[in-house]
Amino acid sequence: MARALISVPKTAKKGDIIEIKTLISHVMETGYRPDAAGKVAPRDILRRFTCRYNDEEVFSAELWQAIAANPFISFTTVATASGTLSFTWTGDNGFSQTETAAITVT
Amino acid sequence: MTGLITRRIAIAGSIGAASLLVLRVPAFATPTEMAGAVAEFTGNASVQRGARVKLDLPPLVENGNSVSVTVRADSPMTDQDHVRAIAIFTERNPQPNVITARLGPRAGRAFLNTRIRLATSQKVIAVAGFSDGSFWSDQVDVIVTLAACVE
Repeated sequence: MARALISVPKTAKKGDIIEIKTLISHVMETGYRPDAAGKVAPRDILRRFTCRYNDEEVFSAELWQAIAANPFISFTTVATASGTLSFTWTGDNGFSQTETAAITVT
Repeated sequence: MTGLITRRIAIAGSIGAASLLVLRVPAFATPTEMAGAVAEFTGNASVQRGARVKLDLPPLVENGNSVSVTVRADSPMTDQDHVRAIAIFTERNPQPNVITARLGPRAGRAFLNTRIRLATSQKVIAVAGFSDGSFWSDQVDVIVTLAACVE
């Protein structure tokens, strides 16, 4: 499991626009760089990031090699209801990880 | 003395190896390839340059390995009028795509912030697709002093 950091406000007023910040530890190996032995290291990147709010997709992104190592993605969403935000990263070599955060909307 | 010569040979050898590595640098993408990637994103629709999209990144970058990029689009983000997608492209990275984000009225604001790699000084473009079918872009010319490792 890669280490993931997620910043979501714990509480929000209904209708508030909240900013979400996500960071996951990942090399994002481009597939263009030779390793110490001079052989080009095979590509190993995250290809897709998805955010679901109570199981409804609110944000997704396709990623390429030009995303820096330890991908940081920040975006906004409207606080509609209390519940769970889930974040999924998928990528090369069968990488898949999901993290969740709870939010209370008043 | 013999030791010194061997070391010289060794150093010369390593310089040779380094120049070989330089030859193996992958071809950079070209402005044409970037135009192709943008056309694929927009579905060949015309892209207007203007105030509806703002791309923010430092014009002088010290370290191309991680550059903070912010894209904001001017949209009320209602069901009728919102931004559907935001994409970032580079002109001279090994390949032009960086990120394509899909969003909608649930986002509240057309906003995206991420960190990207820049292989060399180049032009970075952000394109936003609006719900009315129009595409707007903003571009920044960036000078990179320490490039991201591509070789």
